[in-house]
Amino acid sequence: MLKDIFRLFIGNKKALVGLGILLFFTIVAIFAPLIAPYDPKTNKIEVTTIVDEDIGRTQTLERQQLDPDTERRLFKQSIVTTYERITTRLPLGAKPSSEHWLGTSRSGQDLFSQMVYGTRITLAVGLITGLFTTMLALTLALLAGYLGGIVDDIISLFTNVFLVIPSLPLMIVIAAYITVKGVIPIILILGLTSWPWPTRILRSQVISLKNRDFVRVARNLGERPVYIVFREILPNMISLVMASFFTSTMAAIMGEATLEFLGLGNVSVVSWGTILYWAQNSGALLSGAWWWFLPPGICIALIGTSFALMNFAIDEISNPKLRKR
Amino acid sequence: MPAENPLIVVAYFARKIGLLLFALFVAVTLNFFIPRFMPGDPAQDLMDKMQGIPLESLESIRAAFGVDSTDSMVIQYGKYLLNLIKGDLGISISRFPTPVSGVLKVAVPWTIGLMGTATIISFFIGTIIGIGVAWKRNTRLASFTVGMFIFVRSFPYFWLGLLLIYLLAFRIPFFPLGSAYTPQLQRGTWEFFFSVLKHAILPALTIVISSMGAWILTMRNNMINVLAEDYITVAQAKGLSLRRIKTLYAAKNAILPSITGFAMSLGFVVGGGLLTEMVFAYPGVGLMLYQAVQTKDYPLMQAIFLFISVAVLVANFIADVAILILDPRVRDGGK
Repeated sequence: MLKDIFRLFIGNKKALVGLGILLFFTIVAIFAPLIAPYDPKTNKIEVTTIVDEDIGRTQTLERQQLDPDTERRLFKQSIVTTYERITTRLPLGAKPSSEHWLGTSRSGQDLFSQMVYGTRITLAVGLITGLFTTMLALTLALLAGYLGGIVDDIISLFTNVFLVIPSLPLMIVIAAYITVKGVIPIILILGLTSWPWPTRILRSQVISLKNRDFVRVARNLGERPVYIVFREILPNMISLVMASFFTSTMAAIMGEATLEFLGLGNVSVVSWGTILYWAQNSGALLSGAWWWFLPPGICIALIGTSFALMNFAIDEISNPKLRKR
Repeated sequence: MPAENPLIVVAYFARKIGLLLFALFVAVTLNFFIPRFMPGDPAQDLMDKMQGIPLESLESIRAAFGVDSTDSMVIQYGKYLLNLIKGDLGISISRFPTPVSGVLKVAVPWTIGLMGTATIISFFIGTIIGIGVAWKRNTRLASFTVGMFIFVRSFPYFWLGLLLIYLLAFRIPFFPLGSAYTPQLQRGTWEFFFSVLKHAILPALTIVISSMGAWILTMRNNMINVLAEDYITVAQAKGLSLRRIKTLYAAKNAILPSITGFAMSLGFVVGGGLLTEMVFAYPGVGLMLYQAVQTKDYPLMQAIFLFISVAVLVANFIADVAILILDPRVRDGGK
């Protein structure tokens, strides 16, 4: 079953493009320290040159500040005879150039490095929240759909209620009250405000599966509910669960960028949302610094598109009407 | 609306109204508990910030947040509900001593004007494009349109707003950078009207562009599902004109789920609209919310949350009525 879906998924052009984009950003996130040419948070480079005259060798330690202890030790060992430290400040608000591919911020951070490192937080928050939301929704959906009765009534009622309560203002109000700013509160806020939609969709699928013949047979044979849920129902929901995961992740990345843009996250963390926050609060727009606020939006849209494409592929796989004739 | 069975209509309404009233209750209750159950003590911070303000003015804020209150939670909740019913939402901190309801009164018309118009325009254009791309779904143009809107839809609303400001107000200084009107002009004149219009175009465009994709994709999927139905094949076999099949047979039936979807996604649209207002400094509810967050004006923030919830609930109710009028299946009792 899983293998079949995987085969169809890989064979779908839209899915491949989507997967490709996601893979690209994942690689960037994992290898951020190797890709980023500068430290995303500082606006200066320390170059320390050590000249060892005994063997006549010059050693340059880039981007590394020696602490006084090491310094003293090096001198004691009398390996080092000349010691020079040059601090270079990065240009402020520079346009894109060969040195700084996406220019620098107004206080001199390299924006390309920020984008590269920002991929980490953005992607991690998106995927973790997506997983969290989907798990929460799936649990509620299975409980409601399989148990039925009063459990279903209560869960459905709250699902329908939270569907109509606008989530963005709710998110903003909760985030504004939370005094601990950071990544984990953001994940919790996003997860706790975005479960209703996937819950609703997954629940109707559970109910539809529960009434299929093979599940009825399993039940009449006296199989345990745990067995029925995990071996009969769940495997048939994989494509829908995947679709919810993609949608939730997409929404989470968007929600994270929004909360951080509003300054409700931890603004000292480097992510695409905080880059936009700093761009907005440093007047990047009206000083014409397009290189500051364009890249985060484009990258968010690319990731969003990648998830949307994979969702389309899943739709096409499970609903033949949507396939091209 | 010639309902076959009035009882079914009544039952439908009772269920919908019951759900919306319960949603209202949940929103009101959340609003009460959020400040009381958050880690840290925002209420105390608030009181510290309020030093220098006459003590008697703090009464309503004390009541709203339960600061220094010796009352039990239940009594606090009762007082809170009573104040709500009286329309007393407390006093704004950032605009002291204006009551929160006064701040809202000024902001609401701008938001309804901007968001209402933009949402309706976006729904209509999006639905029409959706019908088109489903009808001609095997053409290059249709695939391109769909692909483009998938991409555009993934832009954050506020970012699209920033981009439009940069391109059409900063680079080419044709549109104003923000606000809703030119303050020097006298209200009620034609000049004022045109300045309002000119200020509204970019924010409205932002909302239209970012929300249109959703309508296009929903309508496209519905249309494709309907087009695969047997009665469409029969209609074609009967030799009916393609135009007739497209509009009367397919689109008319495909639009119903779109309207349900419209109601469902109103919350998202409103959220996007709020962000658009923040970026454009458009003096509606969204900008107020932004300023409330910046200045930690909790009473204003909460009142805005309540107001938006009520607005979305009312809009949902209107959509429910529309579906009742348009969908014979609901009218006749889900057959």
